[in-house]
Amino acid sequence: MSLHDPAQLMDERRRLEGLGLSVTRYGGAIGLIGLVLACLMGFIQENGMDRFFFVYLTNFIFFLSISLGALCFTGIQHVTRAGWSIVVRRLMELLAANVVLMAILFIPIIFGLHSLYHWTHAEAVAHDPILQHKAPYLNTAFFLFRAVIFFAVWIGLALFFLRKSTEQDESGDYKISIRLEKVSSWGLFLYAMTTTYASFDWLMSLDPHWYSTIYGVYFFAGSAVALFATLSALCIGLQKSGRLTRAITTEHYHDLGKFLFAFTIFWAYIAFSQYMLYWYANKPETTGWILRRQTAPMLWVSLSLIFCHFFLPFFGLLSRHIKRNKSLLFFWAIWMLVMHWVDIYWLVMPEYVHQYGEIGAAPFGLMDIFCLIGFGGLYAAGFAMWARGRSLIPMKDPRLAESLTFENA
Amino acid sequence: MSETNKQLYGYLVEFDNVDGLVNAAEKVRDAGYSDWDCHSPFPIHGMDDAMGIKPTVIPWIVLCAGITGCTAALAMQWWMNAIDYPTIISGKPFFSLPANIPIIFELTVLFSALTAVGSLFALNGLPQLYHPLFTVEKFARATDDRFFLVIEASDPRFDLEKTRQLLESCNGLSVEKVED
Repeated sequence: MSLHDPAQLMDERRRLEGLGLSVTRYGGAIGLIGLVLACLMGFIQENGMDRFFFVYLTNFIFFLSISLGALCFTGIQHVTRAGWSIVVRRLMELLAANVVLMAILFIPIIFGLHSLYHWTHAEAVAHDPILQHKAPYLNTAFFLFRAVIFFAVWIGLALFFLRKSTEQDESGDYKISIRLEKVSSWGLFLYAMTTTYASFDWLMSLDPHWYSTIYGVYFFAGSAVALFATLSALCIGLQKSGRLTRAITTEHYHDLGKFLFAFTIFWAYIAFSQYMLYWYANKPETTGWILRRQTAPMLWVSLSLIFCHFFLPFFGLLSRHIKRNKSLLFFWAIWMLVMHWVDIYWLVMPEYVHQYGEIGAAPFGLMDIFCLIGFGGLYAAGFAMWARGRSLIPMKDPRLAESLTFENA
Repeated sequence: MSETNKQLYGYLVEFDNVDGLVNAAEKVRDAGYSDWDCHSPFPIHGMDDAMGIKPTVIPWIVLCAGITGCTAALAMQWWMNAIDYPTIISGKPFFSLPANIPIIFELTVLFSALTAVGSLFALNGLPQLYHPLFTVEKFARATDDRFFLVIEASDPRFDLEKTRQLLESCNGLSVEKVED
């Protein structure tokens, strides 16, 4: 049963309450233990810290991409004056606010720059004309300065969105919506610039010789997939716990499913666009990056992306009946999250193999699992902390009634 | 035109609000009629349910068209590049999948889109330049501020008296015969 009047929301459980407290407590504890264990494994093994930083980067980017997707789509809801999404917008705002947590979790990467980025080695740059040419951009000081700018923009926007929206919960002032719309318009421009360059800095510069102008779009496509998969699963989970049971309806799931489906295709479109140009040109300086992913053991990861990140979910999510079925949508949401993790792994880990010459199976082990659990726990705890004392729905948004009665024609 | 040439098309009932039309549609649906329709100036949420309309087959037709476009594009490029006129292009094999994917994508989309529009027209019997309801002057307000429900005389359950009674029980503004 859907609701027809925002006043009916008063009977709805729309806060995390006790659940939030336990998620913060246990998630935080599990998170810290996971990360400490992963780091300890790095200490014990020979050259394990190099491996640890690559594993850390993979999981850092995975969770960051969810928040960045959420930040972007919160802004897009404002500039498009979207009505349908109001009931899920607060959840996006909360996910986006987790960039604050990601900024803290960026600090260990600063200590791992030497393990991760070949261009930080002065002796390597001295013998490498390409790296010398790129040095005005790829140097540690400017790299860190840019990271500060990126996080400043993301945190500024995310907290502005969350604070203003929460403020509207009290006042119901429609002018807040107009202000959010205005800030989003230039905020999205800043978002696009910072996200593109962040993906260049943190991921693409793992191989400083290689370049791809579409890389930022590729990263964005992945973030959008990550967001809509997370959001669908989160909504279903919250409803299972007895929250927002009537506010979020099949119609909203249908739209989340459509977005998940659309961005799965968009991701494949961008991935192929990038691949085809390098395949056609076949120039030595750009094919190396592809070759590392086209030979065993990474070949299997690449093939799994083609089939499990595109073909299977394409047919899996094609039908409206699947998007409107909570259990099936939940299945595909989790599936896409797993594949998005594989996608980030595919971007990062072949460079580890390349730099440190590990051959044999694709590197994956207990350290990856500890690290993933660690980040997952902290991310959930961060989400619960932002949700503390806040309604999970923008209670007095001028478009709330529209969203509650929304139907796909 | 003389009176005798006219044929009964059906009964038309007029409403000035959405709820009236939706309630009437539910009544007519439950009475088991099959040849009837509703006309409103804008789409009404829940109308499909109220009229008991089954899901359309268009998605399946479009899926078949998409698969046809996909295989046609692949077959065409294979035949042209590898069989009919083999040419070496930037040192690639005659038949190389990556080069074919953009055309495969385009033809899949083209076939699907044209089939979607085409089957929509065909299944709705469009284009239709004349309709018996055009003889009713006030029916013009179906594109403005009035809501209409019509039961056609071709319906097997159509009965001059019973159908009229059913429509009168819907509390519309008026019930009238449409002749063509």
